[in-house]
Amino acid sequence: MAKIKIDGIDTTVAEGMTVLEAARNIGVRIPALCQHPKLTPFGGCRLCLVEIKGFPRPVTSCTTPVSDGMEIVTTSPTIERLRRTVLELILSDHPNDCMICEQAGACTLQELAYEYGLRENRFAGERRVYEKKDGNPFIERDLEKCILCGRCVKVCDEVQGVEAIDFGYRGFDSKIVTSFEDDLNCEFCGQCVSVCPTGALTGKQWAKHGRQMGVKETDSICSYCGTGCTITYHVKNNDIVRVTSKEDTLNEGWLCVKGRFGYKFVSSPDRLKHPLIKKDGEFREATWDEALDLIADRLKKIKREDGPDAIAGLSSARCTNEENYAFQKFIRAAVGTNNVDHCARL
Amino acid sequence: MHNITVKVCMGTGGIAAGGDEVLAAFNREIAAAGIAASVGKKCSAHQVGCRGLCAKDVLVDVIINDSKVTYIHVKPEMVSRIVKEHIIENIPVAEFVAGDDYHNFHNKQFKVVLSDCGSIDPEDIESYIAVGGYTAAQKVLGSMSPEETTDLIKKSGLRGRGGAGFPTGTKWEIASKQTSEKKFLICNADEGDPGAFMDRSVIEGNPHAVIEGMIIGAYAIGADKGYVYIRAEYPLAVERLKKALDDARGRNFLGKSIMGSGFNFDILVKLGAGAFVCGEETALIASIEGQRGMPRAKPPFPVYQGLWGKPTVINNVETLANVPYIVRKGPEWFASFGTEKSKGTKVFALTGKIKNSGLIEVPMGIPLRQIIYDIGGGIEGDRRFKAVQTGGPSGGCIPADLLDTAVDFESLAKVGSIVGSGGMVVLDETDCMVNIAKFFLEFTRGESCGKCVPCRIGTKRLLEILERITKGEGRPGDIALLEDMSVDIKMASLCGLGQTAPNPVLSTIKYFRHEYEAHINDKKCPAGVCRDLLTYQVISEACKGCGACLRACPAKAITGDKKQPHVIDPSVCIRCGACFDVCKFKAVKKE
Amino acid sequence: MAGLAAIFGSGAMTNSIREIEGMEVIFIIGSNTKETHPVIANRMIKAYRKGAKIIVADPRKVPMTKFSELFLKMRPGSDVALLNGMARVIVKEGLENKEFISDKTEGYEEWKKAIEEYTPEYVSKLTGIPKDDMIAAARLYGKSRRAGIFYTMGITQHACGTDNVRAVANLATLTGNIGRESTGVNPLRGQNNVQGASDAACLPNVYPGYQRVDQDEVREKFEKAWGVSLSPQCGVTATEMMNAARAGSIKAMYIMGENPVFTDPHMHHTVEALEKLDFLVVQDIFMTETARLADVVLPASCAPEKDGTFSNTERRVQRVRKAVNPPGEARDDLSVIIDLSRRLGYDMGFTTPSEVLEEFGRVWPALSGIDYHRIAKYGLQWPCTSKDHPGTEYLYKDGFPKGKVPFVPVSFRPPVEIADAQYPFVLTTGRNLYQYHSGSMTRRVKQIESHAGDAYVEINPEDAARLKISDHGLVRVRSRRGSVDIKARITTRVSEGVVFIPMHYHEAAANVLTNDALDPVVKIPEFKACAVSVEAV
Repeated sequence: MAKIKIDGIDTTVAEGMTVLEAARNIGVRIPALCQHPKLTPFGGCRLCLVEIKGFPRPVTSCTTPVSDGMEIVTTSPTIERLRRTVLELILSDHPNDCMICEQAGACTLQELAYEYGLRENRFAGERRVYEKKDGNPFIERDLEKCILCGRCVKVCDEVQGVEAIDFGYRGFDSKIVTSFEDDLNCEFCGQCVSVCPTGALTGKQWAKHGRQMGVKETDSICSYCGTGCTITYHVKNNDIVRVTSKEDTLNEGWLCVKGRFGYKFVSSPDRLKHPLIKKDGEFREATWDEALDLIADRLKKIKREDGPDAIAGLSSARCTNEENYAFQKFIRAAVGTNNVDHCARL
Repeated sequence: MHNITVKVCMGTGGIAAGGDEVLAAFNREIAAAGIAASVGKKCSAHQVGCRGLCAKDVLVDVIINDSKVTYIHVKPEMVSRIVKEHIIENIPVAEFVAGDDYHNFHNKQFKVVLSDCGSIDPEDIESYIAVGGYTAAQKVLGSMSPEETTDLIKKSGLRGRGGAGFPTGTKWEIASKQTSEKKFLICNADEGDPGAFMDRSVIEGNPHAVIEGMIIGAYAIGADKGYVYIRAEYPLAVERLKKALDDARGRNFLGKSIMGSGFNFDILVKLGAGAFVCGEETALIASIEGQRGMPRAKPPFPVYQGLWGKPTVINNVETLANVPYIVRKGPEWFASFGTEKSKGTKVFALTGKIKNSGLIEVPMGIPLRQIIYDIGGGIEGDRRFKAVQTGGPSGGCIPADLLDTAVDFESLAKVGSIVGSGGMVVLDETDCMVNIAKFFLEFTRGESCGKCVPCRIGTKRLLEILERITKGEGRPGDIALLEDMSVDIKMASLCGLGQTAPNPVLSTIKYFRHEYEAHINDKKCPAGVCRDLLTYQVISEACKGCGACLRACPAKAITGDKKQPHVIDPSVCIRCGACFDVCKFKAVKKE
Repeated sequence: MAGLAAIFGSGAMTNSIREIEGMEVIFIIGSNTKETHPVIANRMIKAYRKGAKIIVADPRKVPMTKFSELFLKMRPGSDVALLNGMARVIVKEGLENKEFISDKTEGYEEWKKAIEEYTPEYVSKLTGIPKDDMIAAARLYGKSRRAGIFYTMGITQHACGTDNVRAVANLATLTGNIGRESTGVNPLRGQNNVQGASDAACLPNVYPGYQRVDQDEVREKFEKAWGVSLSPQCGVTATEMMNAARAGSIKAMYIMGENPVFTDPHMHHTVEALEKLDFLVVQDIFMTETARLADVVLPASCAPEKDGTFSNTERRVQRVRKAVNPPGEARDDLSVIIDLSRRLGYDMGFTTPSEVLEEFGRVWPALSGIDYHRIAKYGLQWPCTSKDHPGTEYLYKDGFPKGKVPFVPVSFRPPVEIADAQYPFVLTTGRNLYQYHSGSMTRRVKQIESHAGDAYVEINPEDAARLKISDHGLVRVRSRRGSVDIKARITTRVSEGVVFIPMHYHEAAANVLTNDALDPVVKIPEFKACAVSVEAV
């Protein structure tokens, strides 16, 4: 354990922890753009600079491990001036189009610009201009909005193990590139989208469906494989506009292509909307009462004539515990047979 | 007829000047004259590494019975005369012999690292052994403990020659105390400063000294594997280094149980792909690991967690090349040169507007003035000295009134510059200081790796402001903005590149603020360099109406009848200076 | 999963997903984890970054092999041979866990004799895996005391699936790699709530919580709980239902959220069976291949449209919440069942999902500690036997419910259908990353369809060259049961003589070809190996 002092507060933290983590532990907020709790430190955005007694210059708190006796100052006129300069530099190379940006309201850069009240920019100059040309169906890559924090590169390598993207070129011309700058072709897990602090990476299917205003978030469980990832539905006008996952979930915020981008079937025009009864080989729409009465009559008749074991029920691994419980109870108690199964085997 | 040795300078500079042909010519002429047959092994002509004064290449030493005569600017067609008159008749060819300036250049220097460069054949291990090579390694491995070795280097006061000046012995000591089954020693030969060629010359001229230094260092820290990270743009150095490694392995100076000591060590050569930032040690490590060459934050420092996460010492070429000499001659000997805090000597690449440009080695603490006037021979064309830029693109400019500053780590830092890796660019009255700052920013902006914001975007913005100033579009407040930004970029950047990139801006503003003010307020470039700020005018009284300028003008901006004063139309003039250069009567005025 | 339950006491994953991080060795057999359980694969990669060694055994070079220390490319259906062979190496080299064997197991000596014939040479011949790789894998797994085995349908969907599971269990038992943190045997569930559907007893032989219907005291307990008399007869399994329907003994079926026409093997048989029924009700969200055959189709709701719980592959009961309303008149399945039951004259006794879970907990103690309040943020893993029970991260901490763990000798049997002159290829089936199951959901997502909308058969370049098949060219794949025309994808993922078709595409349905031969114990069909021929069209 290391005894340290942060902004005059004494605290004891585990060795190996970074200064940033230690500060957050005791509720001291340090701004950061490139740091992400699930990824190895990068130290590129320079917003989390702090002063440490005995160090010749400010250091990034996200990369500096604590050591016993450290005295840390997280905010001072110098530190705030540096943060402001860094933010201003980032914004001098960032499109000013928050009004049409998909991430407005959920953008860390926008939040920081607001916090520091940055409207004028001392450094206005040339901005990077790129043609948007990635034809993949899932992920919109707007590299003009990219602040090169490297989170996407790290998550793709460290978490997903895919290494589909990396830094290319140098200096001001640096950009995140795919191999040979082709269209992104990866597992499309969208982990990069989830960690992007700006609007550089967004879901293509999100576009123009709804940002923050009026969007309701509901936590639930993904309905694809058996992993059971916790997801958050973003809903506007009874329509799912995004699926995300929070960092503090058991799946640590990570999802796969199906979980993150495979939600549009819900609003598919193919959905069944009315009970249907087949007559002479054709389906016709019916009311619920008509349909349920018909089912009840037919099942009663078969049960009466052929016995309950002439009836069987197949339930689904897609349905909830409650539905499955009710279904088998229905087959066993209301119909009177144990002919009930589901697709676990298939 | 006695001992005859002919040494032909064949560093990169010597070869470029035709060293190959000169050496071949000597061999041919000597054979034709039948000298080799009559004198036998006592006659040889061979290549040597760079001895510094590349401006006078091809340099050739003819040594007859310890009496050395140096020839300059030797061409193959001069060889037969030298052989005939000097070697056979023992009368040096006076008109080819080097003059005082050559000897002044050398006599004011003090050579440790370069002491055998330019004298031994770098491709012949025997040549190095003959001057005491590998005895230091033998002594250390045979009779000293790693602690004693580290202590010896600590006692010598040797500090890293790559730029930061960290005490080498201390670095070794920290590494030696790390408990790890694997440690690495890396020689940083990724010399990227524009105009710097110290490391290249050392490897080209005496690769075995570097290898021997590495063996000693590896033994001290307990590494069994070393790397030399060297620029791929140094083909000759790479070739000689590889040959030297092979030869050293052949003599069991590398490999298993070196010289029977039980100590195992071998060295791999890794080629850099040309990124300046890979000279930064963490970026260099990333590059060796196969990652993009981007620095990472320190701490942890490489001595704790370096290559593949293992304790790693990274020493510069010159640092390592010092080591065998320190071991051989003793730490006290080494510490007797230099200043209290900066011991020994330092190699500099002296370039720019200087008469004797080349590679020099001087004791630490020597005044700048001595380097420039005594060794360098003063300013080209005897123009007025303006400033000297030291330490490469990260360094600062030192003006004339500080010429008595001592060249050591502390003194240069005090005046806003650095020793750096040893670049020294001399500037004269025809250099515009704003333009000089712009030149270095162009370099650092292009070489920024792009990882951290202040360096990636900050150097770009600094450059943009300097560009607009040199174009006459400077705004009031630009100087203050440059200063503010520079301070912030230095403080907020991740690695040494960004932390020092604004130095040329800050030091030129500090010493030459008036030049900035002239550009911004008066829209004038006092040195007459920034083209957009120049005006060319014909001085009517001096113009003879010869028409030379009119014919030379590519923009057809000049009009005038024969024998009548001509006139330049400033709205058409593109400020190329052709009229100025062509006028024999100094009738064109540049402002 | 019955195979595993018979040995250890439960058929579920013994560890939790989080524990993967702490494993020293991860042995993945018959699971394309990176594509079918991508987020579990993320945990494995996290373990790998911490130094875990991964072994992958599969007929295909699945993406997880990028992280594997050893990849054992095996012939489809040779799992028992491989597992017995590894066990034999472990025994021969003295790597077995002697203490665990003597304290916690039975039948070791007999079993040891039974594996004697699986010499490395013999195993290599049966599996196609180089001998040294198999030995290295055995050593790696055998030396570790913090190892986990992971498998999915690649192990179970064989006529010898139960034997495969037993062989897996034997390997874990031999090394004592079970019953501790980050140490165990882990079948990964393919669908979101397979675990829950099994727990809730949509199974013909058990009541909720795996309580057997053929035991009187159990039946009486449920009769009392439900206030009705219950049948003492075990019911029939899904595959048997189809056979019974074809034979005429089952006359009506009620299918909720399932598409057996598509997902069952030997598709033509399934259609025939369902057409033969007097009455078929299908409750689903889309007009599936099965729904088309129904007499009544009821519009149901999908996961984002309802409240309830799912139990994931690590036995964690997690809260599902309604985010949007279902379209049109579609209703949630629960209210439909309750309504219908009332019309059949039986009152279910609950109306809301939370009441259902409460009743579930009353009849099965393992769930009795779980309620909606407790799982509002994080789910709980059963057994969770009281309101202050924290749930159970890994099973068998305090021993095995059946006392001693049996070693069950199993011997290698080749797949029911093996390649021959007429059908020279072995077809194996599975999923890909983008599509899910029958595709009724994912194939309606435009983006997924545009990226992965084409059916394909994976074939080795050598085979393709020999048969003059070009990449993306159309080929006809035939088995004794049918044929499909499908695009070829030439890849070294599959070995020579093996082809792979993902199950998702109705236009080239793999299950037209697959064999409905069943495992004799658990009645799982042999999806993973059947004989086919391939020709360019």
